[in-house]
Amino acid sequence: MPPDNQTPANTPDPRTIQLLTERENEILEAWIENRLQSSDFRETLISGEELRSDSQTFLRAFITAIANSNVEEMRGKEFNAIRRLLLEISEARAAQAFSPSETAFYVFSLKESLLPFLRDEYKNDPELLVDEVNKVSKALDKLGSFIFVSTIKNRERVIRQQQQDMLELSTPVVQIWDRIICLPLIGTLDSRRTQLMMERLLERIVKTRAEIAILDITGVPTVDTQVANYLIKTVTAVRLLGSTCIITGVGPAIAQTIVHLGIDLTGIITRNQLSDGIRLAFELTRQRVIQLNSHAESDASAEKGENDERVQSAHP
Amino acid sequence: MNAFKVPILKVGDVLIVSIQSDIDDRTVIEMQQRVLEQIERTGARSLLIDISLLEMVDSFTGRMLSDIAAMASIMDSETVVVGIQPAVAITLVELGLELKGVSTALDVDDGLRILKERMRERQRRHLYSAKENAAAG
Repeated sequence: MPPDNQTPANTPDPRTIQLLTERENEILEAWIENRLQSSDFRETLISGEELRSDSQTFLRAFITAIANSNVEEMRGKEFNAIRRLLLEISEARAAQAFSPSETAFYVFSLKESLLPFLRDEYKNDPELLVDEVNKVSKALDKLGSFIFVSTIKNRERVIRQQQQDMLELSTPVVQIWDRIICLPLIGTLDSRRTQLMMERLLERIVKTRAEIAILDITGVPTVDTQVANYLIKTVTAVRLLGSTCIITGVGPAIAQTIVHLGIDLTGIITRNQLSDGIRLAFELTRQRVIQLNSHAESDASAEKGENDERVQSAHP
Repeated sequence: MNAFKVPILKVGDVLIVSIQSDIDDRTVIEMQQRVLEQIERTGARSLLIDISLLEMVDSFTGRMLSDIAAMASIMDSETVVVGIQPAVAITLVELGLELKGVSTALDVDDGLRILKERMRERQRRHLYSAKENAAAG
């Protein structure tokens, strides 16, 4: 039963609030002192001034919040402000490379510095002291776990964003000639990536009316049964659209793996180097790259009327 | 019963079948019937099936496509399927329907070009075997 009947069970005693408000600066000093002394304070990550300003804002918001609401619930307008503040702090701390537990411990550490003040205030009333300590700790515990969770959430968001970016980056489809496109694959292939890759490639084929699609796997370290299956599926799908797929960059390691795994690649055109693939693509589209003689040479030979061979090779 | 909705056009030597919308099983069966009848009637040597407007395909339609191609081939007619959409291609591959033995092309233009090439090849083959026969005889 609360000692003061006028206050609800989970709201701190007005005397506590008054104490906190009056001695806010002392508490702040004690807290900052505690932080600076503690072993997990890292000067390289955060400056003393920043710590001070963060702590000051947080302490003030904390006092306002617990003065007006239920520490069990941690809901309501009063807590919205402090939650927002905590989100900001957690984001900043995450950017400064603090670990989530360090950030949470920052909030918990206020307890250590704050409790001596309560002890002084309620020296003569141990029962009330225990009650009040309980309430203040509860509030700080909640806030500590909140900041922990939000730090982790922030991190997850960053990771998801990066994954998305990587996925985008990892499937560039480049047009290397009229109606010849190339998809260079780099890194390990998983089902999600391969799915995306297949869709992109097929869309581009339709859009550019590509006759030849070169799938370059030079940058793929290993191939397992699943990846090989995806490659076969991609080749088949490309064929269904009406173009031809060439797989290039099949090195010795991958060739060995494929044979050892017993994967049947008959009917799939494979080449060792990307350049071989491009050469084949030209052949299949009945094009040829010819070496032009330099102007000086052809002029000279035309004048002299000799060196027919060279002239002929330029004009086959 | 609904009217048959798949136009079958004869252009030169080529029979062009254009599937206009997602079709049901009955239409596919009827299409197969009519296409084969048209091949017989017109003596067309090439068949071009345009499915660029088909956004979805099920295993039945997929199998029917390769069946039609196989049947046409028995009736001495080359088949090319054109305009398969990426989503349709992925579905077919996932269903394990690779349309083996069916030529494919990106669009009608390419399809006609392929058919023309095939015809030329075939004529050359006929010419060659005729010469051989003559030489042998």
